[in-house]
Parts: sequence; structure tokens; C-alpha cells
Amino acid sequence: MKTTLMLGAMTVAGLAAGAAAAATLDDVKARGKLNCGVTTGLVGFAAPDADGEWQGFDVGVCRAVAAAVLGDASAVEFVPTTGKTRFTALASGEIDLLARNTTWTFSRDVDLKFEFVGINYYDGQGFMVPKELGVSSAKELDGATVCIQTGTTTELNLADFFRTNNISYEPVPIETNAEAQPLYLEGACDVYTTDASGLAATRAAFENPGDHVVLPEIISKEPLGPLVRHGDNDWGDIARWTLNALIAAEELGVTSANIDELAAGTNNPEINRLLGTEGTLGEMLGLDAQWAVRAIKAGGNYGELFEKNIGENTPIGLARGLNAQWTDGGLLYSPPFR
Amino acid sequence: MSTLSDPPAESFQLSQLLNDTRYRSYTFQFIALILLILAMAWLGYNLAQNLAAAGLNISYEFLGEPAGYDINQRLIEYDSQSTHWRAAIVGVLNTLLVAVLGCFMATVIGVVVGVLRLSKNWLVSKIMAIYVEIFRNVPVLIWILIIMAVFVAILPQPRDFRGDDPAASMVLDLFAFTGRGFYLPRPYFTVEWASGGTGWLVVLAVLVGSFFGARALAKWATATQEATGQRPTTWYFTLGIWFVPLAFVLLVMGLAWDIPALKGFNFQGGIFMRNSLIALTFALAIYTAAFIAENVRAGILAISKGQTEAAASLGLRPNRIMNLVILPQALRVIIPPLISQYLNLTKNSSLAIAVGYMDLTGTLGGITLNQTGRAIEAVLLLMLFYLTISLSISFIMNIYNNSVKLKER
Repeated sequence: MKTTLMLGAMTVAGLAAGAAAAATLDDVKARGKLNCGVTTGLVGFAAPDADGEWQGFDVGVCRAVAAAVLGDASAVEFVPTTGKTRFTALASGEIDLLARNTTWTFSRDVDLKFEFVGINYYDGQGFMVPKELGVSSAKELDGATVCIQTGTTTELNLADFFRTNNISYEPVPIETNAEAQPLYLEGACDVYTTDASGLAATRAAFENPGDHVVLPEIISKEPLGPLVRHGDNDWGDIARWTLNALIAAEELGVTSANIDELAAGTNNPEINRLLGTEGTLGEMLGLDAQWAVRAIKAGGNYGELFEKNIGENTPIGLARGLNAQWTDGGLLYSPPFR
Repeated sequence: MSTLSDPPAESFQLSQLLNDTRYRSYTFQFIALILLILAMAWLGYNLAQNLAAAGLNISYEFLGEPAGYDINQRLIEYDSQSTHWRAAIVGVLNTLLVAVLGCFMATVIGVVVGVLRLSKNWLVSKIMAIYVEIFRNVPVLIWILIIMAVFVAILPQPRDFRGDDPAASMVLDLFAFTGRGFYLPRPYFTVEWASGGTGWLVVLAVLVGSFFGARALAKWATATQEATGQRPTTWYFTLGIWFVPLAFVLLVMGLAWDIPALKGFNFQGGIFMRNSLIALTFALAIYTAAFIAENVRAGILAISKGQTEAAASLGLRPNRIMNLVILPQALRVIIPPLISQYLNLTKNSSLAIAVGYMDLTGTLGGITLNQTGRAIEAVLLLMLFYLTISLSISFIMNIYNNSVKLKER
């Protein structure tokens, strides 16, 4: 009885908080901090470094939004979430923004009442196996034991893939990436599957990354992006256009190195509009004219964030691939700033 | 009783509800009840309002939709195209499996440890005390994780069985103990009519028959003993009653063994006991056994020492004193707390996801909840399932308790 009551009270309190948080921007400003949901630790995307500072590609998005809204890239409270807890955390108002490589799907967008503000990484589900197994294709995995993070889209993709190819497997559900690593390394499962970027990041943390291969098959589309709650379009716009500003900045050649110079005014009207020397875009968002300048300064433009956290010169070593600008044959395409 | 002490018939006044001690407690209980109901109604109303405001509704339609995910351990037919409801049932059965195995193991270990802790042997009693203190004072989740980690780390993996000079080999060429679990030979029937479930039903029927046969024999032996003072030697008859019909039936149905063998990535064939099931059951059992041991010890200590002395003066040996005099009386003290330990074990099994065991919390409360986003519906259903399981355990154990408790006439 008591537990029921407590649970009910907690649920209600959570929902009440969700309903009350209609004007997220005001709440964030009043609090002076952005509550940003991230992973519990995936090197390159979001993980605390040796000094306890959160670093990574998704963390970069959080910091950019905080810089745009609050003028301080460090005014972020990072809330680690698991695959299971992330949506409840966002729906209940515990976090203002979820930047935790979350796949944009129809049901999450429509049924769970969230608003994906864009895509910051185009990914797909892949498989990693130890090299010594001599497997070269995912179709050879008949009868394999597969470690899989529970509460993600990967579970459904995996079931579909094995069903379509008419091969069997034994799923081992795991709560977090950190728990999956020892199981995979000890050999309790033959295969580890998650998004290809996650595999690269996980492998980078291994003692001997060279002993493991990522199989060529990508079995799903995983557009990963930050998301906010339904019902506060102004806040959604801020998050969406902050992400777009980072992408557009790369396209327009605005980097954290030359931004001060460019912010003084250029011949390119689009850069001027983006950086607030022309037009009133910042005002329309309910921010000041310098919002995008601060967002880009926080960690650099999209390309800089990518190179610094997960690019080819990092231990993760991901190529731009689909995540290149549309001008370079990728899928990144920011709507125009006008 | 004299008529003087009888209260005069008086009219009831409203102020008595507060001033009269006979009614006051009822008044306050009634007020408290109303307040509680109002609070619950307020919470429920709030919930409904907020759900409506968020555009969500309570609906269990998702239970009929295909689940889309696979479950490794299933006691009934299930694949990714089955419904969420079926996935929940698979989870319930997995929970029950762990609960039953765990309760059984915990009882055996608990009783042994509890009795040994009272041993006169200093070393034995101290070792048991250390066991109890260590296991009941560390959270069960930690035990589950440690046991799983040790299990995976020390046992060889299937890949170690491979190659010309493998690092590990099968025990007797029949059993394979790997970090992924134990692979054991599986009996099956080659004769066609018995190859389905029928064969096992026949075996069960034979065993039940043997049980009653053996009981009748024991009864006859007791009757003879009472009549003549001599107990006939019956052990070989008992053995015969148990094994001859069974062996005959197995022979007729063509018993054969499916022996696990390394094929591809894993061992194939045989019975597979998953590492998660073993680790979880074992962890829950040894954790709960520590509490049960204390219950047993308390139960035994509750029996007055005079009983032991009286039994000893009748010439009974220590073991018989324990079995015939102390334990039957101690059971009355032991069983009520034992019921709560069984309930605890069952509820603690919801930690299963820590080792990737797909119990009810893992299927309905985990993947289904996540994929459908129907958190409130799934959690309510989850509570209903656990409540049903717990109340059933409680009900069965209470029947047993009533059968052993002191009969007062």
C-alpha cells in the first residue's frame, strides 16, 4: 500500500513537473543552468575526462545550447541517462534537452510526444566480433551469442535482421555499454552489436583494439539527434537552430578561430545574419543577437566538434562518411538562415 | 456480574464521538480513512488530468501488438512476432522459475546453516556465523553482479574448447561447463508416440504411482511393527517400487540422450542452463539462505532446553532429538518468517536484468515499456503480476503453516 502510494505520488509529481515546464527557456534562464541528458559514458560522444569534465560530441551540442541561451558554455548540468531512463527523464522535465545518440523514429516522435530537433550523426547498427573468429560477414553469425544494449532500437533491428536472413542467435540483454564490454571481452558473447559509431568508440577503449573487427553490414538507419519535449515549440526552435548554426557555420567556413574576426562584419550576408551583425534572427528566437557566435565559440562548428571528439585523428577514428556537408557528398544540410 | 455495573440505557449523543473513549478511536480511524481516500483520489485525479494534458491516455492495446524483440530463455513458444502479452508471460514464467529454484535452494542451505550454527563444534559454528554475517549484510545486487562476474571470468568459454589442443574439455564428454552456462545431456524418447510431451506425462504418472506404492508399503511396515514389535526390512522393496516400473517405462519408450557438442559458435543440443539463470538463482539463494538460517536458529533456540533434556533422558540420540523433538516444534516458529523470506526472494528476482536474465521486469517492465513508451500501463500491470505471485506464495505457505501450527482445541 505504502509503495503504491509513493509510486503514485512520484509519478504524479513527475508528470506535474512535465506539465508545468511549458516555458522551458524561462525555467533554464531562472535556473542559470541547462539540464542536459547524456549517456552514462561513451567515449567520444559523452564521457567525463580525467578531470571529471564531460567531453564529447553530444556534450558539444549541450554546451552550444547553454552558450546560446545562458552565455556560458559551462552552465550545463549533465544528467547521465541509460537507454531505459532517458525518455522518462525528458518527459518528466528532469532534463531540458536529451543529447544522447538517440535514434529518431516515428513512434518516439509521435507516440512518445517528443520533438527531434535535427540529426547530429547519421549512424547505422553494426556488429563487432573478435578477429580470431574469422567471421567476415554478419550473415555467418548463425547460432552466435549476441550482446545487446537493452531499451534501444538495436534490439528490434537485430530481431528483424536475423529473422529476415533466417538464421538463429542468442540475445544477451545488457543494461549499459560499460557492462557489455567485460562480457564481450571475456567471451560470454561472440558478438557485440550497437550503432557503428558506438562500436568504434567502444573498441577504442579496448586494450587491443586491433583484435576486433567491425563487420561491413550496417543493418539499419540510425539518425541520431538531440530531442526535446512536445509542447514547447519556442524551446524546440532554439535547440534546432543552435544545431543548424553549428552545421551552417562549417558550411560557411566559420570556425572558432576566425569567428571573432568574422563577427565584426563580412561581405557575406548569410554569415552576417548567422552571427547577428545583420537582421534580427536572435531576437526572433527570444535570445540576443550574439547567440550563434557564442554557440559556435563554445566548441567550434560541427566539423571542429567532429574532428576533436570522434574524427579520424582521435582513438575513435570515425570518417565523416554520411556526416559530411552536402557540398562534400554527405547528408548534412542546414536550412538557410534568413 | 451484578446488575449495578451494567450501564443504564442512554441515548446516543453526537459529542460522544469525541468525548467517549468507546467511540473516539473509531472516529479518528474514520477521519484518517476519509483523508487517505481523498489523498488517493487527488493523486489519481491529478494523474488523469496530467495525462490528458500531455495528450496521453491509458490504453492496453499495445499488449496485442507484435513485440518485435527476441528473448533468449523461453519456457513457452515465443519469437519476435509474438505479442507483447506473450512476452510478458514468458517473463512471468522466467520469474517463477528463478523464484521456485531459489526458494528451494535457499531453504536447503538455510536449514543446514541454521542448524550447524548451533553446533557444539567451535569451528563449524563460527564459519556459519561468518557466512551469515557476510551474506546478509551486503546488498543482494552486489552479490548477483559478483557471482556473475566470477562465473564468466573463471569458467572457460566455448572458444576454449576449440582447436586440436583445447584449453578446456568436456567433463566425461557429456557435460560442458562454460562461462555462458552449463550444457547438460538431454533425455528424449525415440518411440514415436512418446516423443512429444506424452512421454514425460507417462514418466510423471509412474513416479506418482511409485510414491503412493512406497507409502502404502511404509504404512504396512508400521502396522506390522505395531502388531508384532518387529519392523520388516523393506528397503529393497521400496527401491524396487521406485525404480523397476520407471526403468520398464523408459525402456519401452526408447530413452536416448542428446549430448551437447560444439558446433559453430556455441555448444548445440542438450539442455542449456544459462549463466544468468545460474548466477541469479545462486546469488538469491545464498543471500536469502543467510536470513533463513537465522530464522531456523531462532526457531530452535525458542524451544526450551528442558525438551532436549527430557528427550535425552528417554535415551534418544542427538540427531533423533533434533529430528523428532526439536525441529517439529521449531517449525511453528520458523514458518511465518520463512514466508516473508520467500516473498523477498521472489521480489528480489526483479534485479535479474543486471545479469541479462529476462524476467518479468526485463520483458514487460523493460523492453516492452521502452519500445511502446507505455510506462504507467506497464508498471501497473507489473505490480499486478508481482502482487498475484506474492499473494499466491503467501496463500500456499499459510496453508502449510496452518497444518503444522499448534492445534489448540
